[in-house]
Amino acid sequence: MSIYSNWSSYQKEIAEDKFYYARSCIRQNFFPGSEKAFLNILSKNLGKDILDDPLHTSCSGIAYHADILPFETTMTMVARQFAMMTEAGYENFVSSCITSFGIYSEVLETWHHFPEKEAQIREMLYKATKREFKIPQNVAHTSDIIFKFREGIREKGVNKLVNIHTGEPLKGVEHIGCHYAKVFPSKGIGGSEFPYVLAGMIEAWGGTVVDYPERRHCCGFGFRNYLVKANRGYSVSNTKRKLESMAPFQPDFILANCPGCSMFIDKWQYTLKQMDGVVYGQKAIPVLTYEELAGLVLGYDPWELGMQMHEVDVEPLLDKMGIKYDSSKKYEGVNGKKIGQPQRWEGCGKL
Amino acid sequence: MVDFGFSSYKSRFIDLDKVDTKLPTELFKEDEILRACIGCGGCSGACTAAQFTNFNFRLLHTLIRRGEYKEAKQEAEKCMLCGKCYMTCPRGINTRKIIQGIKRIF
Ligand code: SF4
Ligand code: SF4
Repeated sequence: MSIYSNWSSYQKEIAEDKFYYARSCIRQNFFPGSEKAFLNILSKNLGKDILDDPLHTSCSGIAYHADILPFETTMTMVARQFAMMTEAGYENFVSSCITSFGIYSEVLETWHHFPEKEAQIREMLYKATKREFKIPQNVAHTSDIIFKFREGIREKGVNKLVNIHTGEPLKGVEHIGCHYAKVFPSKGIGGSEFPYVLAGMIEAWGGTVVDYPERRHCCGFGFRNYLVKANRGYSVSNTKRKLESMAPFQPDFILANCPGCSMFIDKWQYTLKQMDGVVYGQKAIPVLTYEELAGLVLGYDPWELGMQMHEVDVEPLLDKMGIKYDSSKKYEGVNGKKIGQPQRWEGCGKL
Repeated sequence: MVDFGFSSYKSRFIDLDKVDTKLPTELFKEDEILRACIGCGGCSGACTAAQFTNFNFRLLHTLIRRGEYKEAKQEAEKCMLCGKCYMTCPRGINTRKIIQGIKRIF
């Protein structure tokens, strides 16, 4: 019998408070404002206790999926993360990365079925670091947390996903990320058939979700597809397929769940313009992380959210939402120092 | 255009809503048993032309099913009409007649 009997079995338990936060390697480089925004939204807007621990490391997921590290090494790295959480006195583990979320789920599932593996890894960790750990009470992805508190964010929000010129809801397309919904479907909201984590946010904040044909298609990152240059054509072609599929619906924005997906769907739009001369949408389609979207709803400054780091400009979306921004401050860092400006390309947004 | 050292692939997307489905119906009239093809590939294994080219009756049938008629017509030109495939087919499909039909109809 299916483990899914009704809609409630498609839900997942998400802790209420006291989170141990594990950052993402990719996001810290390409969407650095999103992680800071998550911490601010949780602690300042929602009053939650969340620890941003500088002692944690990469989960090693990229090396694992690229076949560079054996699973035992990855499991030991994960065990160390859990040890850091235990030592800090937390029990709810929150991962900022979909790949990591998949890795944590895979390791816990492995230990559940093969307790001798868990014992072996505990021993390896102890020998290497003299550390011990408790299994987390709750493991969630950051989007799960934003989803859980989406109504609270709406109540505290100052902006809506509504076009101020027409009064119409803004059209969002969402991309869920394979390692969130397809590796362990029961660990995500809505399983692999009805992933609702991003759609729920868009709807709660006043927008409407477009159900485009290739909605569940992979973005094409695929680790070795991208990491090995000879395979990159495969990677970019997957994103191209998604963009071709969504463009006729004229979405106002793309909301992505995974660090890799956000990066590729954003940056491949530039590549495809330079490579094939194609721009999807009238002037490319802005790609947002869910923290950025939540941040905009809550009234954060777009440049504080790090949106100047995007390849596709977000200004057309900000204009539709009626969000004020200072263009002269776009490429100013926190200390007022210029952070450099990317090359403009036809179709990138404002030009 | 910029050369990144890799390129995007041409889409293999086939929109079946845009396929003219009347044409295969016309072809099936040549030998209705074609509808019962089990895709075993016996025809392709026995094919004389397949020894010299990448021609293949099963692929031809697949192209028709997918609405790729132009490609099917081009492929059909490679057939030598020897009839070995007809003798091999477990369903007794008159494959040679089908190939002649492809050349005429598409
Ligand atoms: S009739 Fe054509 S398809 Fe059939 S075996 Fe001969 S060459 Fe091949
Ligand atoms: S031998 Fe007959 S049944 Fe088998 S693939 Fe060819 S046509 Fe179809």
